[in-house]
Amino acid sequence: MSAVSDQLVTFAILVYLVAMISHAVEYALGNVRAVSARVAPARELVGAGVGGGGVDKVDAATTPPTSAPPSARPSRSAGRARLAGRIAAGLTVLAAALHLGALVTRGIAADRMPWGNMYEFVLTVTWIGTAAWLVVLWKRPALRQLGLFLTLVMVLLLAFAELKLYVPVVPLMPALQSYWFIIHVSTIVFSSGIFLLGVVPAVSFLLRNGYEQGRRSFPYTLARRLPGAADLERLTFALHAFAFPIFTFAVIAGAIWAEAAWGRAWGWDPKETWAFISWVVYAGYLHARATPSVRRNVATWIAVLGFLTVLMNLFGVNFFFTGLHSYAGVE
Amino acid sequence: MTTVDDRPASPPAEAPRRRPNPALALLRNSWRQLTSMRTALILLFLLAVAAIPGSVLPQRGVNPENVDRYFVEHPELAPQLDRIGAFEVFGSVWFSAIYLLLFTSLVGCILPRMREHVRALRARPPAAPKRMDRLPQHTVLESPGAADPQAIAAVLRRRRWRVQVRGNEVSAEKGYLKETGNLLFHTSLVAVLIGVALGSWYGWHGNRLLVTGADNAFCNTRQQYAEAKLGPRVDSADLPSFCLTLDRFDARFLPTGLPESYRATVTVDRPDGSDRRTADFSVNSPLRLGSANVYLLGHGYAPILKYTDRYGRSQTSAVPFLTSGDANLTSEGVAAFPDANVDPATGRRDANQQVAFEGLYLPTAPDTAPFASSRFPEERNPAVVLAAYRGNLGLDAGIPGSVYQLDQRQVTNGKLKQVGNKKLAPGETWTLDDGSKLEFLGTKRYITLSVRHDPGEKLMLGACVVLLVGLMGSLFGRRRRVWFRVTPPDSGSPTGGSSLVSAGGLPRTDHPGFAEEFASLVAAVRDDGRPDRWAREGVE
Ligand code: HEM
Repeated sequence: MSAVSDQLVTFAILVYLVAMISHAVEYALGNVRAVSARVAPARELVGAGVGGGGVDKVDAATTPPTSAPPSARPSRSAGRARLAGRIAAGLTVLAAALHLGALVTRGIAADRMPWGNMYEFVLTVTWIGTAAWLVVLWKRPALRQLGLFLTLVMVLLLAFAELKLYVPVVPLMPALQSYWFIIHVSTIVFSSGIFLLGVVPAVSFLLRNGYEQGRRSFPYTLARRLPGAADLERLTFALHAFAFPIFTFAVIAGAIWAEAAWGRAWGWDPKETWAFISWVVYAGYLHARATPSVRRNVATWIAVLGFLTVLMNLFGVNFFFTGLHSYAGVE
Repeated sequence: MTTVDDRPASPPAEAPRRRPNPALALLRNSWRQLTSMRTALILLFLLAVAAIPGSVLPQRGVNPENVDRYFVEHPELAPQLDRIGAFEVFGSVWFSAIYLLLFTSLVGCILPRMREHVRALRARPPAAPKRMDRLPQHTVLESPGAADPQAIAAVLRRRRWRVQVRGNEVSAEKGYLKETGNLLFHTSLVAVLIGVALGSWYGWHGNRLLVTGADNAFCNTRQQYAEAKLGPRVDSADLPSFCLTLDRFDARFLPTGLPESYRATVTVDRPDGSDRRTADFSVNSPLRLGSANVYLLGHGYAPILKYTDRYGRSQTSAVPFLTSGDANLTSEGVAAFPDANVDPATGRRDANQQVAFEGLYLPTAPDTAPFASSRFPEERNPAVVLAAYRGNLGLDAGIPGSVYQLDQRQVTNGKLKQVGNKKLAPGETWTLDDGSKLEFLGTKRYITLSVRHDPGEKLMLGACVVLLVGLMGSLFGRRRRVWFRVTPPDSGSPTGGSSLVSAGGLPRTDHPGFAEEFASLVAAVRDDGRPDRWAREGVE
């Protein structure tokens, strides 16, 4: 079973990679069109009708106002772009299914929930991120372009997990045998997954916002075909507002578990300290967003910073510090 | 998401009657600054930054040994850092200053908001604006005959809106939960802090090691702890009286050597022996005695060593050997016999004839040398590997030393000499150069435990529950208002004798689903039990 799980992880990475390439193709074809549309503004022969039916709300939202309606020649590449985008989404679904299969077989092999060490932890967090992304995609197909960033993040994190964090299946140590462990870790994993997903629209918003304000230098040009800044910002907030109470609950559950296991609810162990830091930073994000005098991109930067602290807790703390949370299984 | 401008502007409307006292004005201004959202934001950010050194540098409260090691490794830097409290970040002046300011700001923020919110809860939904078509949501319904404001109000009430009817107008508001939740959330943050404070003032804890057997029982007094900390409001005499005896300790391990389960069985009784009972506890399920909780932190082995001195007098000791993080429980310790070799003829104790054995205990020793580390945490091939020392142990010098280590100064200054070393399996005897003997009889188990009492815990738990509920209310609650105005039939109107009902809706917080809610509300009003009454939906 454990070997099956390992193979499924490898396959999932490959499929994410192909999905990423498809997204990139869609992106590139889209850019070709956007560029050629701009160089040939006079040729408005066929009009937007060719652009396809209602499926493609993306185009309307993403074509920058400066560019003219798509012309005949590039519209074929627009169709191809859309096809590539659909393939990418389909591949993401497939990758998520393989990814889930890897988690389930890992859990069966270990005869417990697959959250016993950092390898399994990253595997689960990334899966939650993908699953939540698919839900977002289902509800708001117009945001499909974000898939490029999402699959990139997945490939990087999963490859890192497989290369650097891999450990064979082992049972849980006594300190982890508690139902509070399951509650604590599952909610931490879940909220981290949503925060991970939240970073994608957050960074996209920062790029797109710059683009919409007329920046045309390197990172901002990436945002040419992204959905509108206001939509991205709203999605960023929705994801963070959803994840924050779950994360809060997870931290509280962790404190309850720590009380039973170590005799103190809160001891400023490095993991606890960084969870505190993340929590405070995200509270800062919610505050900043609710304060009219703070600009939205400043608030969004705080959300990105929040995710960096989550990453620090996931990776940094296990590598750099020793603490009671020393079950990461990393030497 | 409410924005702060939703809060009513604080009283600039009051006419400046008297010239304000400059000191008072400064105070008022600082207070306003402190309780502003921006300050809260900055303080939150500072709090996060200030916590970072607490994870980077070793902390006394977490593991004091690492702090000591840091002092050795960085002899220059460490005292400097210590001076600014970097090894006790979370108790340091600057960290406390930040969170106290933050909580002052918080209280200053929630009190006026509470007053305001209570007022809002009691106030009636405001009158309809003159022009509904200026509102984000608006529509006009047309009804034959007279539309009844009371019927509209009933529909709204059924949907749990707070309703006010004024003549031909119906005003309704919903979503007070958002602000209620927000206030609950912020108030429970204060309650959590109070819980922490209670715990540190009135709480206490002590750690110690407990070897199996009735002769090793311990009673809950401050002296019996290796390390104890009582809150400033706790006196030694306040500690509840009970005694614990470790009857047995079971640890099960997997073939890989990883622990599978632990169980400690203890007898709890009062110092006078009344109220005796036995109980089991383990990691994750502490022994809850009501007045204190007992937590299992670790475990190990105490080799039983019997030393027979050159005069034939023997003493037995079961000294805990400590593990230093090795999963296979390689343990280190020292068995000291300061009263060895007392000449029975004179009864005089010779401080230079004291004896001690220092070395390792291996629950599963390897089959061949070197005997430096254990192969498995269970006792499959137990052995002690000891070095014998004779001389002055330095115990009389009055300098407190660790009972788990020899005083190395005595070794370096030559007062304590090593006189051989040996590996012993249980039952084996080692005869030393002076004819004295050491016999390794076996081992006892020991556990390390922490006994704690934290009176703030219940409050914190309760506050955390409220905090979560409030947070959800705050994040997902949505304040919105709707109005309906019934215009009675006007003979000259183009609709010819039917009432017009104009409706408008205003989401007071960011609410993407408001349009649908408004539409369904309007539909409900239109269809309210009288399918034919409202003829057709008006144009927007
Ligand atoms: C102890 C530190 C604090 C923490 C951890 C904290 C946390 C939070 C969180 C997580 C929210 C989000 C809930 C929501 O958006 O409705 C929030 C909202 C809010 N906080 Fe705080 N807060 C703190 C201190 C303060 C202070 C000092 C003030 C006053 C200046 C304040 C005023 C507000 C306001 C007005 C909102 C509502 C924003 C809105 O309407 O959405 N908070 N706070």
